[in-house]
Amino acid sequence: MIVAPARLRAGPLVGASAVLAGAAMLAVLVGPVRLAPGAVLAELAGRLPLVHTTSGLSPQEAAILWQLRLPRVVLGGLVGAMLAMAGAAYQGVFRNPLADPYLLGAAAGAGLGATLAIAYGPDTSSWPVDLLPIAAFAGAVAGVIGAYALGRSGGARTATTLILSGVAVAAFLTAVQTYVQQRESETLREVYGWILGRLTTAGWHEVLLVVPYALVSAAVILLHRRLLDVLAVGDDEASSLGLRAARVRLVVVAAATLATAAAVAVSGLIGFVGIIVPHTVRLVAGSSHRLLVPLSLVAGAAFLILADLVARTVAAPAELPIGVVTAFFGAPFFALVLRTARRVP
Amino acid sequence: MRRSLAPLLLLVLALVAAGCGNDGSRSGAAAPGGQGAAFPVTIDAAGGKLVLARQPQRIVSMSPTATEMLFGIAAGGQVAAVDSNSNYPREAPRTDLSAYEPNLEAIAGYKPDLVVYSDDPGELAAGLHKLGIPALRQPAARTLDDTYAQLDQLGRATGHPAEATRLVAAMRSEIHKLAAARPARPLTYYHELDKNLYSATSKTFIGQLYGQLGMRNIADAADKDGSGYPQLSAEYVVKADPDLIFLADTKCCGQTARTVAARDGWDQLTAVRTGAVVALDDDVASRWGPRVVDFLKTVSAKVQSLEAVGR
Repeated sequence: MIVAPARLRAGPLVGASAVLAGAAMLAVLVGPVRLAPGAVLAELAGRLPLVHTTSGLSPQEAAILWQLRLPRVVLGGLVGAMLAMAGAAYQGVFRNPLADPYLLGAAAGAGLGATLAIAYGPDTSSWPVDLLPIAAFAGAVAGVIGAYALGRSGGARTATTLILSGVAVAAFLTAVQTYVQQRESETLREVYGWILGRLTTAGWHEVLLVVPYALVSAAVILLHRRLLDVLAVGDDEASSLGLRAARVRLVVVAAATLATAAAVAVSGLIGFVGIIVPHTVRLVAGSSHRLLVPLSLVAGAAFLILADLVARTVAAPAELPIGVVTAFFGAPFFALVLRTARRVP
Repeated sequence: MRRSLAPLLLLVLALVAAGCGNDGSRSGAAAPGGQGAAFPVTIDAAGGKLVLARQPQRIVSMSPTATEMLFGIAAGGQVAAVDSNSNYPREAPRTDLSAYEPNLEAIAGYKPDLVVYSDDPGELAAGLHKLGIPALRQPAARTLDDTYAQLDQLGRATGHPAEATRLVAAMRSEIHKLAAARPARPLTYYHELDKNLYSATSKTFIGQLYGQLGMRNIADAADKDGSGYPQLSAEYVVKADPDLIFLADTKCCGQTARTVAARDGWDQLTAVRTGAVVALDDDVASRWGPRVVDFLKTVSAKVQSLEAVGR
């Protein structure tokens, strides 16, 4: 992959941010329960310092806005941003267009962790913290560490060995998860509910849980985006330029894994975001990571906010699984971008 | 003296006879060919006609509901093994047979002369047929009448038709009584299947039971595709503000009135504020056997208590 050098231009970022702001605003104004847009805007403005407005929302409607709709929009944005950014990072690190955030066993590990917590975990209904996201997070991280350890033990520290060991680890963890599910069949329902992905029950608690990981991983990956461009020419060429490819890979994979694990922990397995968003950005704005990483982050947030808007309104007052929406709208959209952007080399 | 002796003697005889009858129905399992049992019997089962030459004495139940029904009609003594989820009644011979992944060899190992099951995820029926083991399919009931029909069917298949008839009559009269006591104003309710707000509409079996008490289901509005089990959005539940919340995810997912009250935005709900969040037994709320009466009693008691405080 030859990467055209690109400076970080402000134009595309400003454009993407405007799209994100618009998507977020739309998602706050529209929902399964109709709240008057004017009243919502007045209610939001009322929280700004020095502004005093009365929105006319009932306490019940205010609770719907502040405790159900807003945290869901914020969490959708955070999860989308992290998955898209992690996807862009993985694709860069492995020089593989099919790499996604779940490639190295993060999804399988999280799935096993969640299943174990549901099947054998203590009754946490009286605990101040929920065990499930912690177990999913730990499982995702453990899965990737396992893949890394296996890849290194093979001797050759190339991207391909790492991917292959990721496949092996994922297959193994999935087998264990399936076994546990069959043994504890009464947990099937909860496990599948988790796997399908859920922003349904998102609250500020989940947002607070995710924010630290989002900040740290975004900072690390953004700081490494130039090195990802160097890495794109190949390990040997990169080392001749003075770059320790394996080390950069380790740091970026660690940060992307942290982001993926945090996203999966609060929202289950939401597919497609980590592949579609970076590729679309690449087709529109080129493949330099200097632009790709921040743009994927912003576009991923906008994409998942809009996908969730569809998930909660199209069949309202029923919900659609978010993973169905991301795949249903994501795949054709991706095909469209592929067609229109063919002229880009 | 002699005149007054005759009625007394009759009374004693009647009591003894009644006592025997009761005894007989409770442990009727042990007595092959209890009242009205005449084999062979032919049963119009869900999977086709089933002919039983002799009264089954080694029944394997692969369905928790069928297990409850078998014990309810005094056929418990003829049950050799029940599947891993058949946790009621306690005396049922629970094994690790899985109804999700039925293992034909393991089932055959109990040398059954009748297998009762509700779902066939694979080749269970075909396999049993090959082994010459009679199999009776009793799928999930869609209405109370299905439940009654299945009880009658099990009664005939096991040689306890009279006990089955008696149980059905008792259930009908109990449910009739509970339905008669329903409040004038229909109460609204939300029946929760899991934490992700999956619910059951009034068309489902469980929904029809609430319907017996004249209650209105908030999930109906969300079921445009008619699946019967829509996933509700939290915004909608808060807006609908049901009078009652029933949790059928207490055992599976550890939900309680307290965890519901702690959910974001749910402290607004009338049911949360008035203590009208009812923790159900997941099993009772998901089976269609004799314990539907217990379920209705739980719901009815809560409805009555809400009425009593004048809401």
